[in-house]
Amino acid sequence: MMQDNIDTDQIIPSREMKTVGRTGLADGLFAGWRYKTTTDRTPDPAFVLNQREYSGTSILVAGENFGCGSSREHAVWALAEYGIRAIIAPSFGAIFQGNCPRNGIAPIVLAGEDVTWLAAQLPGDVSIDLPTQTVSCADHQFRFELDGFAKRLLIEGLDPIALTLKSATQIAAYQAADCEQRPWLYID
Amino acid sequence: MPTAQTLFDKLWAQHVVASDKDGDLIAIDRIMLHERTGGVALKSLNEAGYTVQSPARVFAIMDHVVSFKTDRGRDDSRAPGGDVFITQTRAMANGAGIRLIDTDDARQGIVHVVAPELGIALPGLSIVCPDSHTCSLGALGALAWGIGSSEAEHAMVTGTLRMKRPPQMRIRVSGALQSGVTAKDLVLHLIARYGAAGGQRSAIEFSGEVVEAMDIEARLTLCNLAVEFSAFTAIIAPDETLLAGLRGKPFAPGENDWAAATDKWSELKTDVDARFDHEIELDASNVRPTVSWGTSPEHSGPIDQPIPADGDPRALAYMGLAPGDRLTELYIQGAFIGSCTNGRLSDLRAAAAILRGSKVAPGVRAVCVPGSQAVRRAAEAEGIDEVFKAAGFEWGAPGCAMCFYAGGETFAPGARVISSTNRNFEGRQGPGVRTHLASPATVAASAIAGRIACAGQGNT
Ligand code: SF4
Repeated sequence: MMQDNIDTDQIIPSREMKTVGRTGLADGLFAGWRYKTTTDRTPDPAFVLNQREYSGTSILVAGENFGCGSSREHAVWALAEYGIRAIIAPSFGAIFQGNCPRNGIAPIVLAGEDVTWLAAQLPGDVSIDLPTQTVSCADHQFRFELDGFAKRLLIEGLDPIALTLKSATQIAAYQAADCEQRPWLYID
Repeated sequence: MPTAQTLFDKLWAQHVVASDKDGDLIAIDRIMLHERTGGVALKSLNEAGYTVQSPARVFAIMDHVVSFKTDRGRDDSRAPGGDVFITQTRAMANGAGIRLIDTDDARQGIVHVVAPELGIALPGLSIVCPDSHTCSLGALGALAWGIGSSEAEHAMVTGTLRMKRPPQMRIRVSGALQSGVTAKDLVLHLIARYGAAGGQRSAIEFSGEVVEAMDIEARLTLCNLAVEFSAFTAIIAPDETLLAGLRGKPFAPGENDWAAATDKWSELKTDVDARFDHEIELDASNVRPTVSWGTSPEHSGPIDQPIPADGDPRALAYMGLAPGDRLTELYIQGAFIGSCTNGRLSDLRAAAAILRGSKVAPGVRAVCVPGSQAVRRAAEAEGIDEVFKAAGFEWGAPGCAMCFYAGGETFAPGARVISSTNRNFEGRQGPGVRTHLASPATVAASAIAGRIACAGQGNT
């Protein structure tokens, strides 16, 4: 999916967000492109994920600014439910990128020319090693940056809320001191 | 001498609870939710057995899928099945004890319009909402940004978020906007010139004489589109114009705290020698009324210029256009005024000034939806609703309305719509709908002309 600026409205159209929940979204993934019409859901053979050699992929290779637009985390939930585990792109929408590792998807940033090169090798095998932060394809290897917290979320699968609650005393101390300084903020 | 700090440095430093090698733990002062992405955060928080730490500082506001019919019932949605989002969010908000501004509340409206009206957004506060246009609130000197639902959950439970400090950019706007050219035109111009990725994930401070001269509503419009520029957020230093407007708002500091608060807010400005990672100097004097022609806000240009020869072919195919086509020769089938970008009183006034005594062209469906109940009341008190209706506009009940398609009623596939909103993505306003972003004045002038037209030169 090499076009730039694929936004979260394309990843999961708003009309596909049917319940107040995080599940049941995979069917609506890329619905505007994946199906011929919005109603009868006949797969459009022109869409990449409908082609046999790409079906069941767990890695997406995409253009610039993937996941820009609406903050809806449903886009990430839909991708995760579909089975996507990593997305390789030259850049991502910021909120989308932050949402990914919280849901088991690695957002991997490579240089534009490397992404283009990778896309040209497809269909083919691409593998990703998180601990060493490398993408491998044919005899090429690319190193990527991943911030420490995102890496821990992905590898250790930790619950960020539980982790932060370990700092509860510090948070309470901050709030007590801040309340002295900015009492108007603490409305009740 | 302490090192010179930017406005952003000061806002950030105020909120650091703890730091480690992976980033900072940032205190969150206000959390806002809407029924489309907030309900789900409350739900999974509940399911995980967590509770909201400071419910009094969390606000749930119904806006995204509420019906915009003026006789709507409490649970009526414009989206099929949307009533579930409304009723579940209501139930969960009540259960969590957070503040709820429901569909039938006199304060209801689009979250980013309501927050400044009620003083929920204030200078120096950190504010998050699972909605990308939260950056609008930086216009009030707040550190405000859009997050995902999981982060909203984290913020509600812990009162904090784990953050990596973003880079910083300053955009100084000099000169003066020509008459009839608005903040919307300016920001579309900026995005067209530097690209949709031009903000480079930065916290952007807008400054300069043009920004200082803007009223607060124009500043909100300017900051609203920062996310379309790939900014982390936007901020504008608080000044007298802002403070005068905040005093007495329901959630603003009371008279007892006012002096202390304004004292603290007066520090919220960039020191003279402070350094930014990126700087842009923009001359506002040559900005023309600007309209988008493609499917990203970066696909925008002056209304009187032909579509560029190197215009994105995929975008042009979707829009049914070709390089060299002239925007002002394009017939429209729809016109929409509203949204968190341009749904405030000044926007409606600007449009009404053009509509007064004119009629919407035959074949154009024109809709105006005020951004909030307060905007609606103020507009109706001035008779603005009558001007819109007399011209042939539908006058709707506050909410996001036709800014985005959520299923349900919309313009026909292939319809060309001029819209005062912020996103022209494929299908944003409905399957196949072709959105052209513009200022409210341009939308009004176009609705009358039946084709994209410039206010004041409606017939060019
Ligand atoms: S008006 Fe549009 S952009 Fe603003 S919050 Fe609503 S849907 Fe989002």
